[in-house]
Amino acid sequence: MALVTLIEAVTMALAHEMEKDTDVVVMGEDVGKNGGVFRATEGLQKKFGEERVIDTPLAEAMIAGLSVGMASQGMRPVPEIQFMGFVFPAVNQIMTAVARMRNRTRGRLTMPMTIRMPYGGGIHAPEHHSESTEALFAHIPGLKVVIPSNPSRAYGLLLAAMRDPDPVLFLEPKRIYRAVKHEVEDNGEAYPLETCFVDQEGDDVTLISWGAMMYETLQAAEKLAAEGINAEVIDVATVAPMDMTTIFESVRKTGRVVIVQEAPKAGAVGSEIAAEIAEHELLSLIAPIERVSGWDTVMPYAKLEGQYMPTVERILDGVKKVMAFK
Amino acid sequence: MSTAASFEIPYVQLLNEEAKPANDLPEFARDAEIMKKLYKDMHFLRAMDTKAISMQRIGRMRTYPGALGQEAVSVGAGSCLTKDDVLVPYYRGTGTMIQKGVEPHEILLYWGGDERGSDFKNPNCKEDFPIAVPIATQILHAAGVASAMKLRGQKGRAVLTEIGEGGTSEGEFYEGINVAGAWNLPMVCVINNNHWAISVRPDEQTSCETFAQKGIAAGIEVVQVDGNDVIAVREVVGKALDKARNGGGPTLVEAVTYRLCDHTTADDASRYHDQETHDKAWENEPLKRLKAYMVNAGLATEEDLDALQAMCKGEVDKEVEIYFDYLENKPQKPEAMFDYLYETLPEKTVPQREEVIRRAK
Repeated sequence: MALVTLIEAVTMALAHEMEKDTDVVVMGEDVGKNGGVFRATEGLQKKFGEERVIDTPLAEAMIAGLSVGMASQGMRPVPEIQFMGFVFPAVNQIMTAVARMRNRTRGRLTMPMTIRMPYGGGIHAPEHHSESTEALFAHIPGLKVVIPSNPSRAYGLLLAAMRDPDPVLFLEPKRIYRAVKHEVEDNGEAYPLETCFVDQEGDDVTLISWGAMMYETLQAAEKLAAEGINAEVIDVATVAPMDMTTIFESVRKTGRVVIVQEAPKAGAVGSEIAAEIAEHELLSLIAPIERVSGWDTVMPYAKLEGQYMPTVERILDGVKKVMAFK
Repeated sequence: MSTAASFEIPYVQLLNEEAKPANDLPEFARDAEIMKKLYKDMHFLRAMDTKAISMQRIGRMRTYPGALGQEAVSVGAGSCLTKDDVLVPYYRGTGTMIQKGVEPHEILLYWGGDERGSDFKNPNCKEDFPIAVPIATQILHAAGVASAMKLRGQKGRAVLTEIGEGGTSEGEFYEGINVAGAWNLPMVCVINNNHWAISVRPDEQTSCETFAQKGIAAGIEVVQVDGNDVIAVREVVGKALDKARNGGGPTLVEAVTYRLCDHTTADDASRYHDQETHDKAWENEPLKRLKAYMVNAGLATEEDLDALQAMCKGEVDKEVEIYFDYLENKPQKPEAMFDYLYETLPEKTVPQREEVIRRAK
């Protein structure tokens, strides 16, 4: 057992899988000698060599496109995009090749790769470093989009992603890279990508979130408990394809839903959850679905970031609204 | 001022426009069997394109890109591939794919709108890529396959990829040749410079004097070749592939030819091309030149060559029959659109698949 942060858990999972499977190669900008700008790949090049922890030229489309070629040869590339804000040149590759090669070739060529990238706001980073654009990718059939919310899940979910036969975008909430430490045993045990995690059981209201916002959500749940409101808290974790079964079960129990996301509100993962609930569990609802989210604005720079990010207070206000319905 | 570095762009032509051979023709150019096969395969491609385009006109084919006048590029380059190489084709690479071993009816199936056309059945093509439509994305796939070969220490294998001259304006083309150079990858990229990117001319595309020179900036070997001279194309690409297979690194080959057809069946080149240039290009088309050379060199008689050409139509018709058989008697099941999305279809999507099956009944 080691007491590790989320980012250390990422490194631990990478090292574990590289040890076990020589087809796993890590590649990206500054991932080798420098160990990644956040140190996610710290020490890996020393341990596994320059041929398995590869410093690439500075070109994101190339990182994704090269991974396509390597995966087609049966390798399991784990490319890193330095920040999610820089993934857009690679979207051509992700959309037209990564997500659909299995389909295009009727299963002949597959794309077992895990594209890692830090995402989200809250660290007062420069422009283009703080967006939460998971919904853009969650919309693409053929991809899986996975977001860990704590060190244990980062370890278990990243192992699952690297072992998955299909491409996974692994979005690491960088605000909580070093927020807490968990006891994580390096036992190689993967977590399932097919299910949400129920982090707290409750009967009064279902709080649904993922990634860094799980912290505010769990804090809100704690405050609600002090007021006698029992919240059920769900960490979606795999936002695409999503496990609705767990969410529906909870909605049937509580009848009230608050979705918490850092991304802008419109056309987001939260919208999909709300639509699914409306489609399948409308009659289980006591109150309209409430979404607490980032605003429908361009992600502000550091100075206004605090006014953008959803807070515990806003979550509590959302819960108050749904609790008003009896 | 002194010179920091200087570069030359070599040009290779082994049969000139009058079909006169250069003094030092490669050995294969004296081999009647090899040359007859090249001649016939180029005619097969022309016959298949002609048939596909006429099928499109009567609604039995979807949008199809022909390669009229450019047969020496794809057939010449493709003829250098072995089963251990990997081909990463683009949409005008029909000739290259057939040379590698892809069944012609599979290519018809693909352009006919059936995904099974990219599930190549020939074991020699199991690792080959499907046709790349998004321009220049294939250059990176080729570099990725070549990276895998290099990282695994595989010798004797190389990757061949192709692109149009217009495609070399894409960032992903530069990114691909750049990494191929930086990592000394076993990769050969052939630019089919057919003078038209749909309706855009080379001088509107770039101020480079050649497309080959784009590889200079990537630090890789470059060569421009007469793309209407199949002997030159085969010689240049063959040497480049051999070099790549032996650890010598990548090569960028620009084959200069002319697109005598529309971009695809959805295009009408008469809207933008110049008739005089077009007519002149016809005089320089590759099969005429090859035939004149072979007859003059005593590799075959004119009658032999006409007989080879005549065989192609029947062979194309056989491929068309198989294509129709797939469409009419063995159509894809509607649920196939769900069956290759992931290894296991997500639970959430299962009802959609069931609905498609139910509604198709």
